Amino acid sequence: MPQAITAVNDFVVKFANVNGSGSASANELFARAILRMGVPVSPRNIFPSNIQGLPTWYEVRITEKGYLGRRGGVDLMVAMNPQTWAEDVKEIEPGGYLFYDSTKPMPSSAFRDDVNVIGVPLTAICNATYTDARQRQLFKNIIYVGALSVLLDIDPKEIERLFSEQYKGKEKLLDSNVKALQLGRDWAAQHLDADAVRLKVRRADAVGDRIFVEGNNAAALGAVYGGATVCAWYPITPSSSLAEAFSNHCKRLRHDKETGKAKYAIVQAEDELASIGMVIGAAWNGARAFTATSGPGISLMTEFIGLAYFAEVPAVIVNVQRGGPSTGMPTRTQQSDLFSCAYASNGDTKHVLLFPEDPRECFEFTAEALDLADRLQTPIFVMTDLDIGMNHRLCRPFRWDEQRVFDRGKVMTAEELEAGKTFGRYLDVDGDGIPFRTYPGTHPTKGSFFTRGTTKNEYARYSEEGPVYVRNMERLQRKFATAARIAPQPLRYSSPKATRYGVIYFGSTSPAMAEALDHLEADGHHVNALRVRSFPFSQAVEDFIHEHDKVFVVEQNRDGQLRSMLMSEFTLDARKLVSVLHYDGTPITARFIAADIAKKLGQFKVVSFDKAAS
Amino acid sequence: MTFIAKPRLHHPSLVKNKAGFTRRDYEGAVSTLCAGCGHDSISAAIIQACYELDILPHQVAKLSGIGCSSKAPTYFVGASHGFNTVHGRMPSVMTGANLANRDLIYMGVSGDGDSASIGLGQFAHIMRRGVNMTYIVMNNGVYGLTKGQFSATADKGSISKKGVANSDSSIDLVSMAILMGATFVGRSFSGDKHQLVPLIKAAMMHKGAAFLDVISPCVAFNNHAGSTKSYEYVREHNEALNRLDFIEGRAEIIADYAPGTATTVQQHDGSLLRLRKLGEDYDPSDKIAAMKRVQEGLAAGEVVTGLLYVDPTPTDLHANLNTVDVPLNSLQTADLCPGPQALDRINASLR
Repeated sequence: MPQAITAVNDFVVKFANVNGSGSASANELFARAILRMGVPVSPRNIFPSNIQGLPTWYEVRITEKGYLGRRGGVDLMVAMNPQTWAEDVKEIEPGGYLFYDSTKPMPSSAFRDDVNVIGVPLTAICNATYTDARQRQLFKNIIYVGALSVLLDIDPKEIERLFSEQYKGKEKLLDSNVKALQLGRDWAAQHLDADAVRLKVRRADAVGDRIFVEGNNAAALGAVYGGATVCAWYPITPSSSLAEAFSNHCKRLRHDKETGKAKYAIVQAEDELASIGMVIGAAWNGARAFTATSGPGISLMTEFIGLAYFAEVPAVIVNVQRGGPSTGMPTRTQQSDLFSCAYASNGDTKHVLLFPEDPRECFEFTAEALDLADRLQTPIFVMTDLDIGMNHRLCRPFRWDEQRVFDRGKVMTAEELEAGKTFGRYLDVDGDGIPFRTYPGTHPTKGSFFTRGTTKNEYARYSEEGPVYVRNMERLQRKFATAARIAPQPLRYSSPKATRYGVIYFGSTSPAMAEALDHLEADGHHVNALRVRSFPFSQAVEDFIHEHDKVFVVEQNRDGQLRSMLMSEFTLDARKLVSVLHYDGTPITARFIAADIAKKLGQFKVVSFDKAAS
Repeated sequence: MTFIAKPRLHHPSLVKNKAGFTRRDYEGAVSTLCAGCGHDSISAAIIQACYELDILPHQVAKLSGIGCSSKAPTYFVGASHGFNTVHGRMPSVMTGANLANRDLIYMGVSGDGDSASIGLGQFAHIMRRGVNMTYIVMNNGVYGLTKGQFSATADKGSISKKGVANSDSSIDLVSMAILMGATFVGRSFSGDKHQLVPLIKAAMMHKGAAFLDVISPCVAFNNHAGSTKSYEYVREHNEALNRLDFIEGRAEIIADYAPGTATTVQQHDGSLLRLRKLGEDYDPSDKIAAMKRVQEGLAAGEVVTGLLYVDPTPTDLHANLNTVDVPLNSLQTADLCPGPQALDRINASLR
């Protein structure tokens, strides 16, 4: 036996499957069972952009320490896909384990000397037990979960409990799944050495009251709690499950008890142009409205986003980012839509972006976005991504303050108009750049105005006069400055030791960054960190940069988009901001961040940047 | 898009309607369209219709896209909210607006460039969704603001002002609307207010997707020999299938028509459409026959006008979505937010 990795509650298992083989639910079952044993898990779906047949992976990080980013590397590979066998075998850490279907013998060249091999004749077991082809396929997945549960010491009762929750009222399905699980367990118990795999799961108490939920589901719930009544959307990966979750939440939570009628409207639009158009129409008319989309959808929406910016109509757009440009990598993750959202549309536009780090913040920020859109009367982008949106993630439970009421912003009522209050649709009465609006139909003779994408004066009348235009554009800048004060503020994490180095990051990079900071600290690299949570950037972001000699900007795109935006918003020495970029479509790992920062820190110590430049 | 407001001086003898407004209260700003533009006649017809229907001006929401026609909402019902959206995409904005507040009266104004070219997709989809609205296309077959290019409704073979013949087939919006599921479809001519005003009134009271294609000659670029959207051509080729009287539900008087000369269609809300028949045996509630008649007209080079198709008992988008009876924009935190206890239950289900 080669060297063998030994680990308890701290290892990575990766399942390599064929898309459409029904493995997804079995793999998720595996992850959930460990979670039920009190051990945090962090799973990731890695899947191709097609319906059936191509490779798909499910990577589960088991981590008692609670690190929820990807670690990098694989300790145990469950290799169920012949197509990707070679690559999958290559990915295993030295001393790691290869679990495979040994029904057909493999040539020794297909294995690695430094990897431990565990073969289970899954196909043979299935063929001996089931006659139906689909059953043979589906139960093969449950059988490997059964065998793994023996090897890794996963409590089968937790799996059975999960079955009984899943198949409540469907006893036949429950029984057949429990039987398949037992088949796998029996075979492993009879034929394998219990210590063949030295990766073990031990009961712990490290999950606490945390919940396990996908970001898209959480954002959809945030839209319900934030009072969205109109959702218009067009299917696009990876955002579709958000609109579908909104529909499901509304069905449970938003029907009038007496009449059974819906207190919401969901329209699957004909395209992204129509979906944002409907959002703008609804919000113009006083309803809270949102759409969910991804990068190519944003491209199509930009004309309307410019209208909403200039005409000052609220709109909430949840952008579940994927790999770009163009159709890009539809099922891979990136943070590469910052430019296209922050400056969407022609002319001088700037939009508010929110960057949630996990499902909990997807929930909070989507609800918050609906308030902000009404307060600021402008489009608000919730910049999530596939990594948060389509993966289950452990996070703090959702919270809602009972006293909280929707902030509808500056809306002039019929009573106020009647009392003679001055109404100028684009008049900055409070100095914060935000004017009052009225909803259509408010008052028989007062408060009506014309909304348009062309230039206008303070009273909404068309005007091409230069000073009028400039005044309006300057007011919009004041409004943007107000946004910097009221949008979610950055969070700072200080190194225990004083340091000249800082790191800025945002969104789904958060869990990998948290772990990378621990690694760096352990290696004697001290770095202060700032998690940016919105654009426009608040003063605290500029202060943080000025406090440090060098600031790493970690992001998941090629062009360092956040770094560019920092450069463009503040007066900075460009040499101060150092990019750490990861953009191959997989979620960034702690290993990558720590290694890249450590390497760059080393370079600074050898020759200081200032000396090198001179 | 003018910013010149009309003087608000009213002649003291102006007659008020039941809502307490004079005809002038339904006017808007001074038009900046060319003198003689058909669009201004349509605006005048809308003003007349709103006045005669005793509508509260602020209960109208008027939306448009981009183009000469889309400027028109500035020129009528000045006390209502208007929204000049982007080119060809007014339908989606109107759909959203309608979802937010089902109680307002929605008037969409568009042109043939706006609805038949860039906006054909959204045009089709708002009809199939049955948004409760009146959608008027001011159809002149030409791009006026950009000085005379053909639009997609220009007839094949018609000649531009520069003498170029149109080689593309035209899009017939009336056929499109019927095909897509609009439940009230009519065509008229800006120069025929006796036909147009009642059609607009009936469309506005129709509880579903109402579409009116109104041929509206462009005096600047499409009112010459060779055009099939000129005043002269339309007057000569107008084949009126019917003329309409719209009678609201509260005034059911149906006695003064001789059998065989008129037909009465009672709508769901009790209002009556009394059609004086001009076309023989034309039944506007027969969708298949309506499509056939419109196509026959097209083949013969006729402009077939009148109420072409009506479903007197339509459903609309709100009915299809089963939304509550009150406007969605009136729902408050207590109506919409499930609160912390429901959230605790959701949290528990996610462990």
